[in-house]
Amino acid sequence: MTEHVYTDTLSQAKHWSFVLRRNTRLGLTNVSGDANVGMLFYNPTNLLERYCAPDTLKCQHTFKLTTGHCLYSDMGRIFCSIVADTAGWHDTVGGNTTKAHVAAKWGASDYQHDRNEWRRNGHDCFLIEAAKYGLGRRDLAANVNWFSKVSAAVDGSLHFDRPSQNPGARVELRFEMDTLVLMHTCPHPLDPSPTYPQSSISFEILSGPAASPDDFYRQSSAENARGFENNRIFHAGCC
Amino acid sequence: MIRQSNLRVEHAIYRQVVGAGDYWMHTLQTGETLRILDLEGNQAADTLFFNGDDPTERYSVADTVREQGNIYLTAGSCLLSNACRPMLTITADTVGRHDTLGGACAAESNTVRYALEKKSMHSCRDSFLLAVAENEHFGLTKRDITHNINFFMNVPVTPSGCLTFEDGLSAPGKYVEMLAEMNLIVLISNCPQLNNPCNAYNPTPIEVLIWSKEN
Repeated sequence: MTEHVYTDTLSQAKHWSFVLRRNTRLGLTNVSGDANVGMLFYNPTNLLERYCAPDTLKCQHTFKLTTGHCLYSDMGRIFCSIVADTAGWHDTVGGNTTKAHVAAKWGASDYQHDRNEWRRNGHDCFLIEAAKYGLGRRDLAANVNWFSKVSAAVDGSLHFDRPSQNPGARVELRFEMDTLVLMHTCPHPLDPSPTYPQSSISFEILSGPAASPDDFYRQSSAENARGFENNRIFHAGCC
Repeated sequence: MIRQSNLRVEHAIYRQVVGAGDYWMHTLQTGETLRILDLEGNQAADTLFFNGDDPTERYSVADTVREQGNIYLTAGSCLLSNACRPMLTITADTVGRHDTLGGACAAESNTVRYALEKKSMHSCRDSFLLAVAENEHFGLTKRDITHNINFFMNVPVTPSGCLTFEDGLSAPGKYVEMLAEMNLIVLISNCPQLNNPCNAYNPTPIEVLIWSKEN
């Protein structure tokens, strides 16, 4: 059974970060349906170990992220498993908006005029959260964009599907090791919305049991079984 | 897109064969052209680019594929930095498609992909890490070793969201060529992977050539 620890909201274009302990869960709910949540992961005891989108994709032969997938570090370990998902497809190749993107697509915005409603960009939000832990732009890499679907056609062309088709979508992550989480709620850079999306998310932190030996995610593929074994060795103090 | 080069090999100012499992780290000046030649076919050249004047600016997979609206790299692709600035433009390509989603092999990811016992096998990330350690004057560390290009690799994505590793489109003598749009540090790991059927479990040498901007 899981136990509720904490619930909060993050309105559009905001950023936050926290360390989630092993076996805690993070639930994200896309309240209005048009939110995007950018997210990056690091090992708080060795910040050089960080989320690796290419390893996550190639180890699971997938381009999308959904239930049953694990998010890998660049050290062969699993930061978290996606244990619930009603959206069905999350992106990890689209990256972030920049200040120039936002100005070109939705018009420039500054604090002097817009105060805390200003149209911020994902790149700057990550820089701010990363700096709290001594990290900078050298430490940023391809992030997850929860609730945004980016697919590729046979010719490789990218297509963005509006997430607003799924209001109330929820995704839940179970952390398989202590993890520093950086997040922002800026729009996806491929979002074609004519106006800057005004959307918020709610997030909840839950405590719960560890993955059992016959855990579905541990057994979802031979690759993920080996990833869980790498975590077990790590927690046993062997490396 | 297949596009032949007009450059003549005898006019190159630099030529170097890079053995399988070795790295090649070299600067490239604005306006110079770099060619990577697949000598024996279906080899993977794992490549990173850094701004030579500020190495915190580097090649970005996400910015490159998003801004060109396509996951494959070929002639006409502009390789963007993490500041969304053009680093290089691919000017010729006789292969037609190169991967930039699959990343580099590493000891640790080999344990997940193949077997825990594979961790001591040579990998691209080991080459990258040795390169930055042996070339301290560039000021790079593991922080700077991120998502790369896999020249000559064929990693199709299906419309339903699967990632597959297919036999390469490359062959002996095929090449990709790119023009430097800024001063660069180029770091190539000529992939040593012995577990991948894409190279018939037999990694082979590549050749790198450079032409000055006068050509």
